[in-house]
Amino acid sequence: MDLLELIKQPWPWYMAGPLIGLTVPTLLLIGNKSFGISSSLRHICAACIPADLPFFKYDWKKEAWNLFFVLGIAIGGFLATNFLKNPEPIAIASSTVTALQALGIQDFEGLMPADIFSLDNIFTLKGLIFFVLGGFLVGFGTRWAGGCTSGHAIMGISNLQIPSVIATCCFMVGGFASTHLLLPLIFKLF
Amino acid sequence: MKSTLEQEEFVCEAPNTMKKSETGLANLKYLVVGILFGIVFVKAEIISWFRIQEMFRLQSFHMYGVIGSAVVVGMVSVFLIKKFNIKTLAGEQVVFHPKKFQKGQIYGGLLFGIGWAITGACPGPLFAQIGSGFVAVIITLLSAIAGTWTYGYLKDKLPN
Repeated sequence: MDLLELIKQPWPWYMAGPLIGLTVPTLLLIGNKSFGISSSLRHICAACIPADLPFFKYDWKKEAWNLFFVLGIAIGGFLATNFLKNPEPIAIASSTVTALQALGIQDFEGLMPADIFSLDNIFTLKGLIFFVLGGFLVGFGTRWAGGCTSGHAIMGISNLQIPSVIATCCFMVGGFASTHLLLPLIFKLF
Repeated sequence: MKSTLEQEEFVCEAPNTMKKSETGLANLKYLVVGILFGIVFVKAEIISWFRIQEMFRLQSFHMYGVIGSAVVVGMVSVFLIKKFNIKTLAGEQVVFHPKKFQKGQIYGGLLFGIGWAITGACPGPLFAQIGSGFVAVIITLLSAIAGTWTYGYLKDKLPN
């Protein structure tokens, strides 16, 4: 198997995890930057719609590195999907497939189920819940918590910060509750 | 120019603490790191709604392995940087930011968790999903920006 074929395979956790972990020292050493992604959303607010709110009155240009970083993530997503794509359907745990089929998911081919994440859904109730409500909770929640999976779970815990451990536990509790209590109710709507 | 006082008040989890100012071109470094990061996100299928569902249903070790090993590598790196006082490329002391406990880490954390399971994405994967061609996720991103703005608007009325 040549190298490109190997790269096209889905990467196991023990490759991906350490690479993501290495982002922490890389950012610290190339420019004294603490790893954190949700702050990019705040910088976008500060740059585009500050509306005189004190929370968005700061020199966002000094933090522009974060915007370059997330733009890079989007470009990386484009490159990986278009040039390094795994030709096989995603291998999902069969127990998860069964559970999601029971909720009404039918498409298990790609990284995201077309039942939810298709353009046709934008102006439907599905779109309102999965894009608008879900996205709002992600933006509002991460900012209230002062960070997301990168800023708290990875950077914060790497730096042995107890508040980050608390935040990460709350992320998980919210996710478990949402998956087991909320999603079954949501899928009853369709 | 902002006053120094105003800049000191700015608290953010991923601040720029480099003393030397950087030109626009220097920011390309972070673009490159972001590109590599985005490729890892897609290739390890971290951006997949299915993988997040597996995680919250405890039906696969994948995401736990990814996040767990990322934390271990990050922890060892931070330890080594502190222990050997490793300097940045510009020769500066690496600055770490102790976090203060706030109630928002609980309330906000729970809300983000709920949104994470619905969208199948934390903020990083949102950008990678859009780059991967899931155009509808642009709506999710715009709504996340609106959520961030609403927090800024309500900040003083919320328990922090």
